[in-house]
Amino acid sequence: MIPVEFEYVKVTTIDQAIAALKSGGEDAKIISGGQSLLPVLRLRMAEPSVLVDCGGIDEMLGVRDDGGSITIGAATTHHGVMNNPLVQKHALLLAQATATVADPAIRHRGTTGGALAHADPAGDVPAAALALNASFVIAGPSGRRTVDAKDFFLDYFTTAVGPDEILVSFSIPKCDWGSHYSKFSRTAQAWAIVGVAAVVNVKGGVIKEARIGLTNMAPTAVRASTVEAALVGASSAADITAAAMHAADGTRATSDLHAKADYREHLARVITARAVRAAAGI
Amino acid sequence: MAHITVTVDGTSYNGEVEPRKLLVHWLREDIGRVGTVVGCDTSNCGACTVLLNGRSVKSCSVLAVQADGCEVTTIQGLSDGNEWHPVQTAFKECHGLQCGYCTPGMVMAAVDLLSENPTPSEREIREGLEGNLCRCTGYHNIVKSVSYAADLMSAGPTKGAK
Repeated sequence: MIPVEFEYVKVTTIDQAIAALKSGGEDAKIISGGQSLLPVLRLRMAEPSVLVDCGGIDEMLGVRDDGGSITIGAATTHHGVMNNPLVQKHALLLAQATATVADPAIRHRGTTGGALAHADPAGDVPAAALALNASFVIAGPSGRRTVDAKDFFLDYFTTAVGPDEILVSFSIPKCDWGSHYSKFSRTAQAWAIVGVAAVVNVKGGVIKEARIGLTNMAPTAVRASTVEAALVGASSAADITAAAMHAADGTRATSDLHAKADYREHLARVITARAVRAAAGI
Repeated sequence: MAHITVTVDGTSYNGEVEPRKLLVHWLREDIGRVGTVVGCDTSNCGACTVLLNGRSVKSCSVLAVQADGCEVTTIQGLSDGNEWHPVQTAFKECHGLQCGYCTPGMVMAAVDLLSENPTPSEREIREGLEGNLCRCTGYHNIVKSVSYAADLMSAGPTKGAK
């Protein structure tokens, strides 16, 4: 279907973007890659008055080394993120999760920052951002602020980014732990029925610390904190499997045409064990 | 209306477009590149795949205004006019099509895949084409075609006669 009529404004700076959002009012929307927004527009599930294209803002493109962390411009494509040497070296989990998003053509166009700001509960990158303790730089009319991952994802398709604000970049503390993203879906290029993002610090064959993010087990990506606590000291496959039995604790999985909630809970336990074992090499 | 300038298959085109116009509709309706087809219109099937600045994209999921200043290659720009592109030759030789509707997108996705990975394994071919659906389910011969195209391209510039 053809989208409703809208105005289109291409901006080249964050200040221009914020001004365009302000003058566009509440029906203004940000577009960059547009791989989530254009399907919505074609279905006429959104009727924006103006699209503010932020895909050409230099500050929002590319990955830089900030010493203890790396910073990823929000308009960097999935393809750019997953193939970036800094990401592969210091935030491998993000590269692993990004590589499972949709398909190659979508990843050439879609942006990782856009997927984070879109906050689809079935999206792959929010769980990785949670497990990696990412922080988010948000710009708005009153300046810039930084929000930690635990405070960023608020609800279904809702983040800390306000309607008059824009996600500029996100930063990830360098992490050399073992990592793995395990995604369960039944067909090619499908959304995750359940996904598990795991980073694990293993010393001498024993897990010292683990951080685990779950995809599609609640209205937002969530941390599996009970599993994280239970994994400390684990040194065998049996230990990991036992800890992973807590993967659905405190989650709010939904039932839909792909899976019922209790099946999602089962998958979370099984896939958490797989992801942790792969990340830990145990 | 917005003014855009886009280079398509080596020729520069100027035009006025509504911002809501999808790239695939502009290619087909405004400049006659009907080789690129609309399949699902939901970002799923990949039939409308073209190269945008050298990388595969689904042209139903890009606004024409977003292609302003860019270079687009469609299925109609692959051949040099006398000889097929090796991927086209390979699809012909290996019968990598049945009804043919997915073929323009399948070929463009394969061209992109081989530009990044000139010697893909069968698994890498299948994963590289996961965004392209063949409703005839003729995937085996499509995979064979891409594998054969990789052989042709690594063997040198020899191409099949058109």
